[in-house]
Amino acid sequence: MRNLFNFITRHYFFFLFALLQVISVMLIVQNNTYHRSFFINSSNLIAGNIYNIRENITQYFSLKAVNEQLLEENTRLRNQLPGNYLKTDQNIFTFRDTLHLRQFRYINARIINNSVRNRNNHITIDKGRLHGIQPDMGVIGPMGVVGIVKDVSPNFSSIISLLHSDMQISAKIEKNNHLGTIIWEGFDHRKVSMLYIPPHVQLERGDTIITSGFSQLFPEGIPIGVIDEFEIRRGDNFYTISVELFMDFNNLQFVQVVQHIFREELEEVENR
Amino acid sequence: MDFKEIRHIARFLIIIGIQVLILNQIRFSGFITPYLYPLFILLLPFNTKGYTLLLTAFFTGLVVDMFSDSLGMHASATVLMAFLRPWVIGSITIKTEFEPDVEPRLNVMGAGWVFIYTLIMIFIHHLSLFLLEIFRFSGFGETLLRTILSTAFSVLIIMIAHLLLGSQKRTRAL
Repeated sequence: MRNLFNFITRHYFFFLFALLQVISVMLIVQNNTYHRSFFINSSNLIAGNIYNIRENITQYFSLKAVNEQLLEENTRLRNQLPGNYLKTDQNIFTFRDTLHLRQFRYINARIINNSVRNRNNHITIDKGRLHGIQPDMGVIGPMGVVGIVKDVSPNFSSIISLLHSDMQISAKIEKNNHLGTIIWEGFDHRKVSMLYIPPHVQLERGDTIITSGFSQLFPEGIPIGVIDEFEIRRGDNFYTISVELFMDFNNLQFVQVVQHIFREELEEVENR
Repeated sequence: MDFKEIRHIARFLIIIGIQVLILNQIRFSGFITPYLYPLFILLLPFNTKGYTLLLTAFFTGLVVDMFSDSLGMHASATVLMAFLRPWVIGSITIKTEFEPDVEPRLNVMGAGWVFIYTLIMIFIHHLSLFLLEIFRFSGFGETLLRTILSTAFSVLIIMIAHLLLGSQKRTRAL
């Protein structure tokens, strides 16, 4: 026994190194497992507040870009107003419409930390549990999907960005409703890939990709991007599609967190 | 707690502050990331005890992790770098005896030595960090390219920091 102690004390430098590496790897694994994350991340109080102060100073420098984004979003929303549509059938009238229940509610938030360079990117926002945000909610920006809420503290939330290796989003091609999955391959923050589109589907460069609405995270029809390139590689059963995102994650400032009002009911019936 | 410890703590806060608030926000073509914070480990005195070296590295990495949502990755890479530090110093230095509290600085070791030392250490750190980030070896070519480009930027920034640090004052009678 004493020899063992002597051995350990003589080589303590190596053993301490090994111990610290084991702790680090445990932290990495624990942090990567979706949801089992730890309190040391940027949604905690210290990091959140420091980022908040920095963002308060730096947001003035990008007001112009933010205004343009908001203007584009306003135009898109204005185009969806009912006043734009002619009423062609006068026989239908509505009285206390019970056919349309509100399904999604949006909570707006400001981004206080963001990155696009890493393989796995995260975003921190300045709203948390006190504002009604819970883990697993979808997050959208002015021009499309942003990510999924991972952790919440009372005042801040940490979001897994679309630019993350664990991220998969159910999407479809707008013109023919074919379902696929959006993932990020890394490297270019303006490009994502769409998987599982079978080769009989007719594709064209410039086809719009939107969310499918099957995942309960996002409403149907949130824009994602347009098809940039597509090919069928030799021996593959599916297209290899490169999608150019509408949104530039690099100058993103404000986002909306999507609250699905019937989520519990839906999950209950799906797990039954 | 004398002047020496306070100086180390102040240096730690400044270096981590620059890393987290400024450098983490820089995006060179979405591909290259400069890291300044390993400088804190590089600058520890030659006679730093083994456990101090490793625990300081672990803590430094953990603080950077906390701000970049990458729990454990920076800690692991920094600990590896600190573990190899005595070996790197031993293999590129002829003189092995130093006065207490002497730090590896420009005026002590000369610019060439500091450059080689920084280059080797930063390369170890970046390679291990980016491999952990990818967590597989399939994209090894891209990871290596990313490591080399980021190493170049980090070494540049650290050498500039060395120049700004000036020379280590010998106030104490030895």
